[in-house]
Amino acid sequence: MSEKRQNRDDRSALLPRAVGRVVDALTLISIGALTFFGLWASPADVVQGDAQRIMYLHVPAAWAAYVAFGITTLASLLWLWPRTRSAVWDRVAGASAEIGLIFTGLTLLLGSLWGRPVWGVWWAWDARLVSTAVLFFLYLGYLAIRAVPAEPIVRARRSAITAVIVFIDVPIVHFSVDWWRTLHQKATVFNPELNPEIEGVMALTLWIGVVAFTLLYVSLMNRRYQLAYLEEGLEETALDAAILQRSGGVK
Amino acid sequence: MNAFSEIKLIAGKDLRIEMRSRILLSQVLPFGAIVVLLFAFALDPDRGILARVAPGLFWITVLLAALLAIGRAFSIEQQHGARDGLRLAGLDGSSVFIGKAIAIAVQLAILEAVLGLTVVVLYGVEVHGVVVLLATASAATIGLAAAGTLYGVLAAGLRARETLLPLLLLPVLAPVMLGATRAFEDGLEGVPGNAWPWVALLTVFALLYTGVGMLAFGPLWEDT
Repeated sequence: MSEKRQNRDDRSALLPRAVGRVVDALTLISIGALTFFGLWASPADVVQGDAQRIMYLHVPAAWAAYVAFGITTLASLLWLWPRTRSAVWDRVAGASAEIGLIFTGLTLLLGSLWGRPVWGVWWAWDARLVSTAVLFFLYLGYLAIRAVPAEPIVRARRSAITAVIVFIDVPIVHFSVDWWRTLHQKATVFNPELNPEIEGVMALTLWIGVVAFTLLYVSLMNRRYQLAYLEEGLEETALDAAILQRSGGVK
Repeated sequence: MNAFSEIKLIAGKDLRIEMRSRILLSQVLPFGAIVVLLFAFALDPDRGILARVAPGLFWITVLLAALLAIGRAFSIEQQHGARDGLRLAGLDGSSVFIGKAIAIAVQLAILEAVLGLTVVVLYGVEVHGVVVLLATASAATIGLAAAGTLYGVLAAGLRARETLLPLLLLPVLAPVMLGATRAFEDGLEGVPGNAWPWVALLTVFALLYTGVGMLAFGPLWEDT
């Protein structure tokens, strides 16, 4: 690495290498455990049959998405706060939003796959579905802003402010959509009897799912962060090379 | 110069440019009107659907036209180095924000009045609950203008801003669209009591985005 890189008060990875390896290993193990418990050890649901097994992925994916967007907001606030301002938080915010978006998409997709056999429809205008869909587009917009090239500091500020604005909108969207669906239409698809209390192996499986997805999130974050760091280095190197070429031309 | 005269200066400047260029009158308004017509093509006017869904169609039209008005509010700063001039004028960021938002709000109000009349005439809507309709429109317009100005400056000066602005703004404005539509429906159906919670929601949205905009506009404006 060039001197310029080393001079920067910066870190090239989120986790120390050894910790990263352990997280990766635990992620794989927990996904293995989730596969075993989700497909074999847990019984099929009395009402929903095997379709209910999708919940072991759907619920943890939604959880991981919330964690990811929460971290994006937190990291953006830390960037905006002058005392904690660091390129680290900018990368964390971006990486977490990307992963969060994937998990949100996965949540919607899995929910849709589950809804077809259980509700008989791919999509229902349920409050939670609609607000999750809006959430997806809010963060898609955030990532679109991030993708616009600019000076690193300008881009970081613009992204951090966007992340905070987007986060402010989340409860308003949630609240308004919730209101809309409860004021004007009684829940027809969400029969409470379809969502009985879960116990025993099924609850355990769900918890394994939550642990597995949380680990997966950390593992992906670690990698995406490293990638973001390397990308920035590449941009700098390319810029240096371009400047050298130009000045060489002048000589 | 105090904040009030700064705001007046900015809002006056933007509205004067509009008065002279007449972009709203000659382009945005006709665009809204054609959208209102197209909805009638999409939803057969003989089946009586149009009058029932008029509030939703009205607010979608306003939303689409607002995107154009917001884009325009920032494209006027692009030409002849106007942006740099404004930045060098030493005005407070929050004053510029309020000034631009007021100019957009005034234009939106005119737009809503004309489009509202068009919808009433073309879709055969019977008007009830004028008070609640006006309160809804006021709160929604301020919310649209505040959030629009904030996102407008975010996208201003960026490449691909024309396509970026709708993607950024429409999900954020989803609650406004939802709240204003429901409040209009309740108002027109003669149950204004149901509409007031929505008006409250729209007011909260408007206040929130005005506050965030006043804080965030300055640094974003410096960067564009």
